[in-house]
Amino acid sequence: MAILGAIQPILTAGLRGDALQGYGADAGWRLADYAGRGGYAALKRILAEKTPPEAVIAEIKASVLRGRGGAGFPTGLKWSFMPRSLPGDKYVVCNTDEGEPGTFKDRDLIRLNPHAVIEGMAIGAYAIGANRGYNYIHGEIWELYKRFEEALAEARQAGLIGENILGSGFSFELFAHHGYGAYICGEETALLESIEGKKGQPRFKPPFPASFGLYGKPTTINNTETFASIPFILNMGGEAFLNAGKPNNGGTKLFSVSGHVNRPGNYEIPLGTPFARLLELAGGTRGGRKLKAVIPGGSSSPVLPADIIMDTTLDYDSIAKAGSMLGSGAVIVMDETTCMVRALERLAYFYHEESCGQCTPCREGTGWLHDVIHRIEHGEGRPDDLETLTHVAGNISGRTICALGDAAAMPVQSFVKHFRDEFLHHIEHKTCLVPKDVQWAGSGFHTITQQVSA
Amino acid sequence: MTTMKEKPMTQTASANGLERPERDFGEGFCLSGETLQKFDREIAKYPEGQRRSAVMACLALAQEEIGWLPRKAVEAVAAYLGIPPIAAWEVATFYNMYDLEPVGRHKLTVCTGLPCALSGGVHAAKYLQEKLGIGLGETTPDGKFTLLEGECMGACGDAPVLLMNNRRMCSFMTPEKIDQSLEGCK
Repeated sequence: MAILGAIQPILTAGLRGDALQGYGADAGWRLADYAGRGGYAALKRILAEKTPPEAVIAEIKASVLRGRGGAGFPTGLKWSFMPRSLPGDKYVVCNTDEGEPGTFKDRDLIRLNPHAVIEGMAIGAYAIGANRGYNYIHGEIWELYKRFEEALAEARQAGLIGENILGSGFSFELFAHHGYGAYICGEETALLESIEGKKGQPRFKPPFPASFGLYGKPTTINNTETFASIPFILNMGGEAFLNAGKPNNGGTKLFSVSGHVNRPGNYEIPLGTPFARLLELAGGTRGGRKLKAVIPGGSSSPVLPADIIMDTTLDYDSIAKAGSMLGSGAVIVMDETTCMVRALERLAYFYHEESCGQCTPCREGTGWLHDVIHRIEHGEGRPDDLETLTHVAGNISGRTICALGDAAAMPVQSFVKHFRDEFLHHIEHKTCLVPKDVQWAGSGFHTITQQVSA
Repeated sequence: MTTMKEKPMTQTASANGLERPERDFGEGFCLSGETLQKFDREIAKYPEGQRRSAVMACLALAQEEIGWLPRKAVEAVAAYLGIPPIAAWEVATFYNMYDLEPVGRHKLTVCTGLPCALSGGVHAAKYLQEKLGIGLGETTPDGKFTLLEGECMGACGDAPVLLMNNRRMCSFMTPEKIDQSLEGCK
């Protein structure tokens, strides 16, 4: 995986060409390389000039940077919620627990530009008055957890994190914490529980982390890409970042493109770029086949049929207007070889497996959703199954502590809404509308065994 | 579950007097000095009084030493951190990369989530099942391979992906590359 293309990049700007070429060619992540690209200039300046934290937050607000993890909440506003003057411990936490199907951008950020994340976190800590931070890294990307630890060691060695940074009197300790296989820990309060050494089960909100976070102390949690965007904003000004995108949707964003495209990978493009342009960057649909549907913001966001997404630009507001969410910027492309029932079955299986079990509607409901979709897919659907699905999904939505319940329900509701005929065909004819061998060919996994029942 | 008390360190493992000796956690269950040193490094990441935060890392390290995570290892980690055994057990059972049963020397986790499935993830899993002659969640009779179905590894652009022994991510796994990888496993 790699960053395969960019339009006016910010997060991947100045990375050496070979870093963009693909797997294995990832030079340029070390401290010396980052410093050579102007890295740590923002942190050094703030510390030297003793910039008031309020001014830092004002700059972030002006950039209209919105949380890159999925919710799109304005970062500057989040930082302003921290009770900075309150004595005692405060924490800054980075969420690199990337496990939402379709999302793989933070993996590349840690791989290619870990010091941008470290600098962003240090600036965040300074702005909110925290002296300790953690980056929670998805357990499955172990090699990059190790890389981040190496980058931390470099920063510590250079005095850019730790006690009394560059003689400024500001201290900030930063550590990496790894996950070990639980999607739910990407939810911010589950993540905090996990750092505390517990099961990753989300907490009731309120209280929000800004008042009761890690170890019960005020805490700010942001996504990896959010932190990586901070140094640019402090260097070039909030307005420059805002202008890189469009009003109310500041900056560029990494989009992870997966599924039926010729060049799956990450692309950094300005918010507001038409979807059609991103599809073009990703080499178009595999084999030039007809586009069927796109999930624009990670598996939890509602699916959009081809005609709608082809007319949509990629920013928070436009995608919301089209009936979905920008989410984490994970664009899952499905062409005409896709069986939508089977696609939904895969998603339902995921949410059932990953429900933490705390809330009954989610724990039981995700199981029901999977069972019913599974039986439709396997030719055992019943006439009233679509009604059952809608009913169960509706009973999960809004009735759980965290958003995983909604995340499980939304794909079901949107798939059934937009591709109802395909579900009905399955129930009536006990088979896919798209023949199995066509689906097989579409996946691009060629083998002489030709096990079409796979 | 019985609670375990830590026994004093055994002094046998240290040949030159510099290496940290292994520790017997009771009933002959030992963890190496090297692992314990790594435990301490993890514990040091957290504020005083928050040793419990290191439980995930310590369980992973214990699993790394033993090859899987027997109950005694979970209890040893709990004893080392000074937390109730059930607290460590809850963590070990919640996160799915901990192996609470013995696994083969090579644990292969293949992702079959939607984005991966669109690019051959399910077919790769099927191919591996045929090739190894086992189903998902099973281990070959010679104890060499365990095959598991994984949930999003955050590498969907590289599908099909295979995670080897929780540590190494293998990308773009065509049948040819799968064959090569399996041949490379000793």
